[in-house]
Amino acid sequence: MEKKKSNILITIVLCVLTVVVLFPLYFILMNSFKGKFYISKQPFVLPKGELFAGITNYVNGLEQTGLIEAAGWSFFITIVSVALIILFTSMTAYYLTRVKSKPSSLIYYLFVFSMVVPFQMVMFTMVDLADRFHLRNPLGMCILYLGFGAGLSVFMFAGFVKSIPLEIEEAAMIDGCNPLQTYFRVVFPILKPTAITVAILNVMWIWNDFLLPYLVIGIRTRYKTIPVVIQMLVGTNGNKDLGALMAMLVLSIVPIVIFYMACQKYIIEGVVAGAVKG
Amino acid sequence: MQKTLKRYFPIFVVPTLIAFAFAFVIPFIEGVYLSFCKFTTVKNAEWIGLDNYVTALSQGEGFGHSFWVTAAFTVISVITVNVFAFCIALLLTRKLRGTNFFRTVFFLPNLIGGIVLGYTWQQMIDAILYKHGVTIVSDFKYGFIGLIILMNWQMVGYMMIIYIAGLQNIPTELIEAAKIDGATSMQTLFKVKIPMVMPSITICIFLTLSNSFKLFDQNLSLTAGAPLHETEMLALNIYRTFYGRVGYEGVGQAKAVMFFIIVTAIAVIQLLATRSKEVEQ
Repeated sequence: MEKKKSNILITIVLCVLTVVVLFPLYFILMNSFKGKFYISKQPFVLPKGELFAGITNYVNGLEQTGLIEAAGWSFFITIVSVALIILFTSMTAYYLTRVKSKPSSLIYYLFVFSMVVPFQMVMFTMVDLADRFHLRNPLGMCILYLGFGAGLSVFMFAGFVKSIPLEIEEAAMIDGCNPLQTYFRVVFPILKPTAITVAILNVMWIWNDFLLPYLVIGIRTRYKTIPVVIQMLVGTNGNKDLGALMAMLVLSIVPIVIFYMACQKYIIEGVVAGAVKG
Repeated sequence: MQKTLKRYFPIFVVPTLIAFAFAFVIPFIEGVYLSFCKFTTVKNAEWIGLDNYVTALSQGEGFGHSFWVTAAFTVISVITVNVFAFCIALLLTRKLRGTNFFRTVFFLPNLIGGIVLGYTWQQMIDAILYKHGVTIVSDFKYGFIGLIILMNWQMVGYMMIIYIAGLQNIPTELIEAAKIDGATSMQTLFKVKIPMVMPSITICIFLTLSNSFKLFDQNLSLTAGAPLHETEMLALNIYRTFYGRVGYEGVGQAKAVMFFIIVTAIAVIQLLATRSKEVEQ
């Protein structure tokens, strides 16, 4: 009886917390359908009657930001970068773990070291370097993401490679596989769970990253990503169109929610695995 | 096997290494060097010794102020985020109905990026303050509290997931044994559960510590440092020094080097603390 009572109490607390967590999302969704002049004066009133603006804010917002194209570039940069990261950093981690030598461990510790260094430290010089080598475009961005994401990814893959028994690879070698065949036919399939974790952590980072695309690609090209256009919508016009802002915030959260619904299990497992290793 | 693999260095390591050199190694070395130079682009750098550091630490640069704002923000966030996350994790490991649903919802904010989150909360807080005729940038305390709320809203779900994993790894026999020995639920919590999840606690403290200390996107979008740079944290202060004023690139780089040293020091202390704990177990 006592236990039942406390369980009900806990459930109530959790429900209240759910409301607190979801309220900001509800708030922008509700206001995105409200006329832009009503938002600041009646922020908590439902968009009914004269307050209701239909999809005007969405139309205006898309016109002002070009969010659809930005979503395209966000997708492109995220997918290509993560693919490059998975492919190359897993190979690197495999090599560095299996070939025991001074250069190997030096390179490995350099990767580990890079995880600690804050972005501001390399921000200015990285952009300058990207400029000199013509990397200020979406593909160049992917190369920079491979480089900047390499630390964590190599570290996580290396942690897993260590636990794979050598005998499996030796058997493959004896059967006549060269290292590349051994890697792709034998080792990489075993690495798959770690690859999923690494992919999820990198997707979460690259999709939401603001400063790197903002500085490297800039705001005068067409290759802007979602966080960049959101920042521009607010940053560039003094009297901001709150309706358009609300609508664009809603639209930028939609892909994330869909991604979360689809891969929820992997995301939560990935976070736990990533935290334990990181 | 090692020998054959060794010859494949160009295929296995070089591609990552080239990208790594472009994104990290070269910019890092250039960055350290340039912090001792006066420059507007990397090409016109001129050695001036420690002048940038002296300027960076002088009054009016706001670096000291930003440091204290960042430190206060970090301490408060680390405590609040971890206490909330741990308490929620305790509630969610009691095998109640709907646990999975709550876990899913609480984690959601973590996936939303800092810029989008920042503007969402800016609008929310402005809406709440509207009745009082002020906005989030009217006063330091609104912006500062706003940042803490935002940080909690975003990070609690993440840490909760890690704590849940830790709590679920405690063998049930251990908790049952404590019960049989007559331990109250408070005693079980402090004498069994908390010591058993110590590794998770270290991880979570480290993650919240470094995330709070390096916070940028949320700071830029929620308050942009307003009013008058009062809520400007270190990362934003450095960014503004680089890109806000011509001729101050060297000062910005000097600040960035100091920022890097502080962050590294925190990481090293954390690592040592974790190591000594691991020995104990």
